[in-house]
Amino acid sequence: MQALVIAAHGSHLNPDASDPTYAHADTIRETGAFDEVREAFWKEEPHFREVIRTLESDEVFVVPLFISEGYFTEQVIPRELRLDDWDPDQWESDGTSASQATLEAEDVGKTIHYCGPVGTHDAMTDVIVQRAETATEDPDVGEGFGLSVVGHGTDRNENSAKAIEYHSDRIAERDRFDEVKALFMDEEPEVDDVTDYFESDDIVVVPLFIADGYHTQEDIPEDMGLTDDYRLGWDVPAEVDGHRIWYTGAVGTEDLMADVVLERAADAGADIGDARDAVRELAASVAETGADAGPEPGAGAGAGD
Amino acid sequence: MTVATDDLETLLERASAGVAFDGLRVAETDGEYVLETAENEWAGLDETELRRALESAEEYVTNWYYWQETVGGEGTARRAFLRWCERAPLVDADPDDATTGPWSDGGGDDDATGRPATLGVTERYDALRGGIDREWGQLSITVRFVDIDDPDGERVYDLWHVDDADSDISDLEIYDDPRDARELATYDEDGRYRPLKTAPTLPGGWAFTGLSGDELVETVEFFYPATVANWHRELRGNLDVDHWLETAERQTGIYDVIDELPREAVEWMAEACCVDSQCLRRREWQYEDGDDLDVDGGDGPFPCREPCSLVIAAARKWAILESEDEHTYELELTTSELNQLEELIDAVAEDRTDEIREADVNDGANRYRARYLRAKRFDDEGDLEATRVDD
Ligand code: SF4
Repeated sequence: MQALVIAAHGSHLNPDASDPTYAHADTIRETGAFDEVREAFWKEEPHFREVIRTLESDEVFVVPLFISEGYFTEQVIPRELRLDDWDPDQWESDGTSASQATLEAEDVGKTIHYCGPVGTHDAMTDVIVQRAETATEDPDVGEGFGLSVVGHGTDRNENSAKAIEYHSDRIAERDRFDEVKALFMDEEPEVDDVTDYFESDDIVVVPLFIADGYHTQEDIPEDMGLTDDYRLGWDVPAEVDGHRIWYTGAVGTEDLMADVVLERAADAGADIGDARDAVRELAASVAETGADAGPEPGAGAGAGD
Repeated sequence: MTVATDDLETLLERASAGVAFDGLRVAETDGEYVLETAENEWAGLDETELRRALESAEEYVTNWYYWQETVGGEGTARRAFLRWCERAPLVDADPDDATTGPWSDGGGDDDATGRPATLGVTERYDALRGGIDREWGQLSITVRFVDIDDPDGERVYDLWHVDDADSDISDLEIYDDPRDARELATYDEDGRYRPLKTAPTLPGGWAFTGLSGDELVETVEFFYPATVANWHRELRGNLDVDHWLETAERQTGIYDVIDELPREAVEWMAEACCVDSQCLRRREWQYEDGDDLDVDGGDGPFPCREPCSLVIAAARKWAILESEDEHTYELELTTSELNQLEELIDAVAEDRTDEIREADVNDGANRYRARYLRAKRFDDEGDLEATRVDD
């Protein structure tokens, strides 16, 4: 038997913070690739601390639903899962290349395949692009468009900027969009000045965040000048300084994220059969109907608790 | 009867290797069979006679099939929980290892009807026709036969809020997907977010019906994550408790400070958070091994094996607040106003402010009384007029 654990932050204050985790877990449940699929959280239940003991499987694949390598993926999650032999060097990562490490959880004696976070997986690049497609409702979006990947910045974690830049570079290499730029909330280049960095009339802005919350639903839209007050909402696209800004909300809510979770587990040796095809098909059909497009202003604060 | 026939054939296949389960015993020596149930014994049976004898002990056969073939998972928490649901002996627990806590078979069980804690197969089959009820926190679980007139051993499970036990099922919202429990457990009756799943604030008005055993366990786990696993560990006497200090010392980042919380403040914290009115878990963690907190851990049904994330987050706040120095302040209050401050704090702590009637000016926490006190005693900046006198 094999189990999948999706390890996410969660929130004591904002019930929506765990929605993407549940949604991606459900998508993977539907594929039947794992005997057990479990959500686990730092701020909600089941807590990281107790999740492994709720599983019957001996092989457990843990995929952190986090954007970057750093404090949570290197310290908190392995410690709370009781992976006593863990050492971040086992990932041999330069900040964006973590793959997996096989360890034992001391309290339960199960084999844990501890994977790198979803945010730095190569498949994440496709999710960002798909996010642009969903927001514009155009599967061929690219020509005449600029794309910006937006991240928090380096105040808390030096790898956070690396993940943003990594995907921006990869998208730029594809020559699909006229311009690609990594922007940040708390460091230069800043998302406040988004229009200064693009010549294209149309700019798609994709925040590389797991869940919608304070940053993606309040800060960023106001900083970019999409709206004076986030509670009033904003248009997609919105006119700012003669540009049209297509703001998408957190990339982590994109359906294709389930595919990245699966890829992480598969890279670590999980037998996932053709689950990936099923997830891709599902995500594509959702993208076509545009069911996910558009922001939901006022989704609530609380990402910072 | 076709399912029962399948059950019989499966059992016969296993018979020569020996079967011993729930009062049923089949053994073979040199082509002769022995069959035992709690009520009867047959010896020296050939295969045809064994078959006939098993047909007369059909309940034991279908019971064996349900547990060994349908439920499976010997030794798992899931199986033990499902057996607990129908008051079957928890064969997975070695009685010598089991704790004598409120959940063990040994006694102290929550049976108000005076039924014994565990039932044998025949009694259970009788009871399963009408349904066997159990409570798990604020959940009421009923296990019953799918077919009550001609039971083939297959059980289904229903689940609702204990407060809805007497409700007409047609007044409840009916669900059958375990995942719906996540949504139901997210908000309390007033629509407020419930970050602590074991807070005794689960709203009612819903019912899950006709769940399989696996689905039941999944649903319960969405309502009360990890409670089944930790219950099972406690039952087997191997619940691993992490006490306050080791949990606090393990923290990093912004929570690094919590191990500085004075011991006395840990007591206050446990009294604030870990009591029955706030949490259905029974606090098993202490200050540290051999150093128990004075505050009672409560009678909650689920063992709490280490401080939860909510308590850790609150502890950080208190660790910071407790690092402040104390001062002496001078402020003018009438005796009644001092009393009123006490009533205000108490009303908020007991979450009672919603219940205070608009015109009940006898209650110190009445909104008009509070506004009056503020108008009288606060200065233009909105602060209480108090003077520090120790500097
Ligand atoms: S630490 Fe206290 S509040 Fe938290 S789950 Fe345990 S008993 Fe409940």
